[in-house]
Amino acid sequence: MLNVAGLFTEYPNPQGEVVKAAQDVTFTVEEGHLFTLLGPSGCGKTTTLRSIAGLERPKAGEISVNGRVVYSSAKGVFIAPNRRGFGMVFQSYAIWPHMNVFQNTAFPLEVGDRHFSRTQIRDNVMRVLAAVQLDHLADREATMLSGGQQQRLALARALVMEPALLLLDEPLSNLDAKLREKMRFELKRLQRELKITTVYVTHDQSEALALSHQIAVMNEGRIQQIGKPRDVYERPANRFVADFVGNTNFIEGTLHAIGPGFHLTVRTEIGDIKISTDLPVSAGDRVTMSVRPEDVALSDTRPQGENVWEGRVEQKVFLGEAIDFRVTVGPRELLSRQHPALRTPVGGPIFVQLDPEKCVLLKVV
Amino acid sequence: MIGVCVVFTVYIAVIPLGFLLWQSFRTPQTADVPAIFTLENYIAAYGTADTLRLFWTSIRFAFGASVFAFTLGTVLAWMNERTNTPFKSVFYALSLIPLVIPSILFTVSWILLASPQIGIINLVLQGWLGLETAPFDIYSLGGMIWVDGLHYSPMAFLLMTAAFRAMDPSLEESATMSGANIFQVAWRVTLRLTWPAVVATILILFVRAIESFEVPALLGLPVGIEVFTSAIYQAVHRYPSRVGLASAYAVALLLITTIGVYSVSRLSSRGSKYATMTGKGFRPRQIDLGPWRWFTAAIFIVYFALIVLLPFAVLLWSSFQRFYAVPSMEALQNLTLDPYRFVFSYPNLGRTVWNSVLLSFGSATIVMLVTSVICWIVVKTKIRGRWILDNIASLPIVFPGLVLGLSIMVFYLNVDIGVYGTIWIMYIAYITRFMPYGLRYNTTSMLQIHQELEESAAMSGASWGTTFRRIILPLLKPGLLAGWIYVMIVSIRELSTSILLYSPDTQVISIVIWELWENGQYVELSALGVLFILALFVLVMVAQLIGRQYGVKEQRA
Repeated sequence: MLNVAGLFTEYPNPQGEVVKAAQDVTFTVEEGHLFTLLGPSGCGKTTTLRSIAGLERPKAGEISVNGRVVYSSAKGVFIAPNRRGFGMVFQSYAIWPHMNVFQNTAFPLEVGDRHFSRTQIRDNVMRVLAAVQLDHLADREATMLSGGQQQRLALARALVMEPALLLLDEPLSNLDAKLREKMRFELKRLQRELKITTVYVTHDQSEALALSHQIAVMNEGRIQQIGKPRDVYERPANRFVADFVGNTNFIEGTLHAIGPGFHLTVRTEIGDIKISTDLPVSAGDRVTMSVRPEDVALSDTRPQGENVWEGRVEQKVFLGEAIDFRVTVGPRELLSRQHPALRTPVGGPIFVQLDPEKCVLLKVV
Repeated sequence: MIGVCVVFTVYIAVIPLGFLLWQSFRTPQTADVPAIFTLENYIAAYGTADTLRLFWTSIRFAFGASVFAFTLGTVLAWMNERTNTPFKSVFYALSLIPLVIPSILFTVSWILLASPQIGIINLVLQGWLGLETAPFDIYSLGGMIWVDGLHYSPMAFLLMTAAFRAMDPSLEESATMSGANIFQVAWRVTLRLTWPAVVATILILFVRAIESFEVPALLGLPVGIEVFTSAIYQAVHRYPSRVGLASAYAVALLLITTIGVYSVSRLSSRGSKYATMTGKGFRPRQIDLGPWRWFTAAIFIVYFALIVLLPFAVLLWSSFQRFYAVPSMEALQNLTLDPYRFVFSYPNLGRTVWNSVLLSFGSATIVMLVTSVICWIVVKTKIRGRWILDNIASLPIVFPGLVLGLSIMVFYLNVDIGVYGTIWIMYIAYITRFMPYGLRYNTTSMLQIHQELEESAAMSGASWGTTFRRIILPLLKPGLLAGWIYVMIVSIRELSTSILLYSPDTQVISIVIWELWENGQYVELSALGVLFILALFVLVMVAQLIGRQYGVKEQRA
């Protein structure tokens, strides 16, 4: 549906130097899917989104929606943002303070290429306001809305012209934590109901994991990995993705032996670790593994199975629904997230076990 | 539309400067001798010791007036912002009134107050103290500095009030905690921290004083004290007029103002070292003056009397006389409405007022609309070289009113497109002169409009024109309105530019006042002046009221 191919962007910063933003960004979004660009600030995700919107002109590449080319450096095509017919929700919501809720929502229908009668505008606006549960506030001044209401109004305004594509630029980042969580569900429900193709930009990994059909993790202008939320989290492609999407323990070592069925042994500073992988590797390679804190199992008694070591509790942080342990195994410190039921005291001995399936071998870059 | 605005701006701002320089190198053109290149104007202007004196007088006048205005304004601002002087909120509101009184009327009223022959203050003091001669002579350099400095002290007051308000009061409080007394804090901390604002304020006042025309013309010329502005006026108004010589003077004046304006802009762009803004909403602790607060309140009252009450009272008095007479019991019996009858039967009065209204409303509207587009380009786009446009549109700010009038006169005398002597040349002059102010007002507002408000309109399918009309202009309204009011007020009082450009058909109110002065019709002038001040006052009040209504609504945004 949306095709972005070989996108390069750059812009001058206030000092006049050229900053390279997106570098060779390529991805496809299927009809009705929510696709997330995830990455730290300055990774090029917003520039990519703004290039799709037409608010920024890329240096090279091609962008097409349903086969309609909206930008192509090769063909010299650049369609102005107001002719693309995409809806967009901005980080600041960009609610016009001099208009009320109804006027804000009606604006796209009044200024676009298609002409609507007054009753059509009324019907469309009220329908979309009802969808975001703002219909009872249609006459309210836009500046009198709460943060969550403003967010929904921005969404209504983006949806009212039934856009081919919905672009969301960190739409939840201006809300407080509780409201953010609520709006996350709301947004997901609305997107799934309307089945509108959406590109979502965020730096919040939990938001990305919660909402997306597909996630593209970006860093320094390049896409690091594209995949389903579970894939990105459980099988990160490289060190950056593993680190950025959730917390993790990195363990370095040397590939020691390759057994049958991709079963490998890695020699590390805490000892030999048995793992499995489908990456093409050979004995003697230097490798890095990523183990999520929740996959570092702890117990007071020695458990059955492989990859078991004895360690010592260094520090505990109580988080309410979980408890974070810092445990030393030999010279290494590992982070482990446990159910608060585990009450081993600081300084006490503890057993550490790593599931071979959960020790993810990272691509050697 | 963007293109039209850019071309218009460049045309209107660059033409006068170019022509002024060109003209300063030309001989006078007569019927049979065409103008040729010459350096004679510069030799005539700068080849004599008179010029050195002219330069020296101008500097002394401008320096004196600016330092006087600054000292007065700063003391008042400090008292108003940092002490518990009674009634100060009233005073802040009143401090804006003097800005409404046109310079020419302020000067005239001070002549009536302090001239050696008829000045009321002089006569009263002579009577009380039994003096032989008048204690004050307004027709002197000191008198000029007094009147000009006094008239512009509210400007210093406003600028310094803003500087004091921007300062983090905890910096002062920590000095108090270290054991400093009120004056040590004021001198060693407050004033030092506002140093960039202090220098900028003095520079602004200096530039303004050196551009001042009314005071030197009315007070200086009768006793032969000439400064650049009055010298330019003299050169144009003698017969045969020596435009080339005036241009050569004007170039020197332009150099001085350019250096001043450039220094101010440099100063404000690197003021960050003294970053006094913290954004914390602290209310400054107010110094308790104890019984001294009645003394400071008295200073406020005396100041207000000197700057508003006495000048207005003397005009009011004189406007009810048949011939000007000093207040006395017998003069009181001769009160008459004749001057007002004269004013209302003045030929072309209706037309004059209509011209003033048309010119001020028209140029305010055009200035604000054109600069809103210019300002959008400068603030919102990334077009290369947009700073050049900003500088070009700000260029007229270095032109003293008289010099601008001169350049425009010279240009349209040489390039005959049929505007010379019509109201259009006045429009061009006013728009040129006040464009930089419009730009400043719009820029302040434009910077506050979030980029995404505009981008979301584009994403909604709106074209640039629609976005500008339906999003930018409404959001710009507070700045547009404030700028419009400002430009309207300053253009309705405008004298120094108009004085070289008007014709009998295009007279404006300030010109009529000037002519009445030249003819010695003081009582008629007073009547017109009283009406003018009252009208301006009402106009400002109405504008403020409208502005507040919109302002409040926008503030919620």
